Amino acid sequence: MDSRNRIFIVTALYFQSIQALPVISLTPARNITFDALPHRVSLVLPTLVPQHKNRGTESTTMTAMLAVHDLCVSYSTGEGELHPALVGVHLELQPGEILGVLGESGSGKSTLGTALLRLLPRNACITRGAVVFEGRKLLQLTSEELRQIRGQRISIIFQEPSRALHPTMRAGQQVSRVLAAHGINRKKSLREKTRRAFDAVFPGETERFLESYPHQLSGGQRQRVLIAQAIACEPSVVIADEPTASLDPTTQSEILNVFRSLKKQLKVAMIFITHNPALLVGLADRVMVLYAGRVVEAGTVEKVLTSPAHPYTRALFQSIPPEIAESGNSRKAKLMAIPADLSQESLLPEGCCFQARCTEKMEVCSAAEPTLINLGDSQSVSCFKYTH
Amino acid sequence: MSLTVENLVKRYLRRNAVGSEEVFALRGISFTIRPGSTLAVVGASGSGKSTLALCVAGFEEPTSGTICFDAAENAKLDANERRKKRSQIQLIFQDPASSLNPRWKVSEILAEPFALQKKLSGDEMNHQAHILLNHVGLSRSFLTRRPGALSGGQRQRLAIARAIALEPSLLILDEALSALDCSVQAQIANLLVDLQSALGMTYLFITHDLAMAAHLADEIAVMAHGEIVEQGPAEKIVMQPSHQETRNLLSAMAHLPRAMPPVPERP
Repeated sequence: MDSRNRIFIVTALYFQSIQALPVISLTPARNITFDALPHRVSLVLPTLVPQHKNRGTESTTMTAMLAVHDLCVSYSTGEGELHPALVGVHLELQPGEILGVLGESGSGKSTLGTALLRLLPRNACITRGAVVFEGRKLLQLTSEELRQIRGQRISIIFQEPSRALHPTMRAGQQVSRVLAAHGINRKKSLREKTRRAFDAVFPGETERFLESYPHQLSGGQRQRVLIAQAIACEPSVVIADEPTASLDPTTQSEILNVFRSLKKQLKVAMIFITHNPALLVGLADRVMVLYAGRVVEAGTVEKVLTSPAHPYTRALFQSIPPEIAESGNSRKAKLMAIPADLSQESLLPEGCCFQARCTEKMEVCSAAEPTLINLGDSQSVSCFKYTH
Repeated sequence: MSLTVENLVKRYLRRNAVGSEEVFALRGISFTIRPGSTLAVVGASGSGKSTLALCVAGFEEPTSGTICFDAAENAKLDANERRKKRSQIQLIFQDPASSLNPRWKVSEILAEPFALQKKLSGDEMNHQAHILLNHVGLSRSFLTRRPGALSGGQRQRLAIARAIALEPSLLILDEALSALDCSVQAQIANLLVDLQSALGMTYLFITHDLAMAAHLADEIAVMAHGEIVEQGPAEKIVMQPSHQETRNLLSAMAHLPRAMPPVPERP
């Protein structure tokens, strides 16, 4: 890397760091920031414990396309302290499966999405764990190897569509640049593949939107262009980080329908990150509930959404206003809010991460940290209620 | 305070290549809110609901139409009377992170309304700040913090504390819950209900969340393209919607499967 290039990259990194979220649209301009990753990774890798001790889960991961073992990520603060954002997260993703990751702000759900592709901000480091994708250990790859995977095999969609698109480039061009960055150079196949991606997100209106500029598009349409970028290279995994957060309910339900049709047509596996459990209905196959960087509950959508087991999940679902048909007599009644919030103060150094806000706290909860246990085949929970 | 809005029109001029074209954000809005009650204005993005909030709060001058607080027409008041009236109307925005000065301590943020409208001594201001924090459920230890050290829910509580400092009679909530997590939304919604019954405030609650509107409001007005297309008691709007726009909004709502079943058995 020559020095001029390096200055450019540092500037690019700087601009990326002043934005609230590092946005990757996979246009070449942004891809340059990927090249900068050696600098960042060098901060990350030395602290990495090469292998996870417990190899007992290895056999189950043979079938999983993407497997995460014991992933721990910490952010360093200005005072040199380390704040854990993810603590021992395990997950497995089968081909074509949609995993919903549910959590409130500060639960570590976005950190999880970015850690999988090593796109964490500079003050974060992966302190432990392994990410295995199609048999390759992502945390050990060189940045060039990782670049081949990002956007092509695993792509990511962020929540702010207005920031992720280039303002002076036509939508179609922004999608074909992703393809070009991954080695598709012949004009004809570029055109065809771009068109195919647009067909999936703008059924019947491909022509109109290929030539549009971002400012001519509404929020929902821009989000569709981002989805087109993400699926252009026909990846096997798409990570969607709150893809509908800034949209109004009508547009939100349209975008959810786009995701549902992607699931049917392209059979792409997805990690769908959200804070709203209702969005997972009819979309996700399995759900993982994160609280304070820990998986507190996981299971099939049917199980977790209809019979949540962890006190946090139960309280979270009860804090949502009841469906309108039932709300007639309960209007202006108190909603069942969870006391306090997920802040550093509510995280006690020992015991369960939810104990300070839990209404069913027991003595054991402040003494030890619970581990995930299975409740039947399709649900697991980390709470002492089910072990004592 | 009762609020009566009649035939409110707001027109913006949008420049283009050949000159400028007129864009109507509000096309003749009329409604009345009874003192101490809540009107929710719901609508999709671009329906004009935020422009309505800005006009009522006095940030935007309406093109035509009248806004009356307690039967006094706003446009006919002189500058001094308007200024006094304005302390009676407070606005809370969607994003507390950008509506609070990041360099100010909580104590300074809470002192500002008093400094602008009432001449209070330092001790009195401190006393008032304690009362306000108590109202919104924050402890005194927050006074020396800055907004950056608060969570989203705490920031929105602070924004509410600042808004109620001058004991307003009308609170305009422009998507005040939309940026918060579900569990925090419930806390703030409960807080708003408590404050309304304690202080007798009138709420103009602007949102795109029909479920929350149905929960909090006495009446709902549905807006589309700058007009109110349907208005009535909250139950009626959500149980028997008559306009297509209302039905669209209702069908777009995502729901959890209801009726929480018993806790699963231990293995």
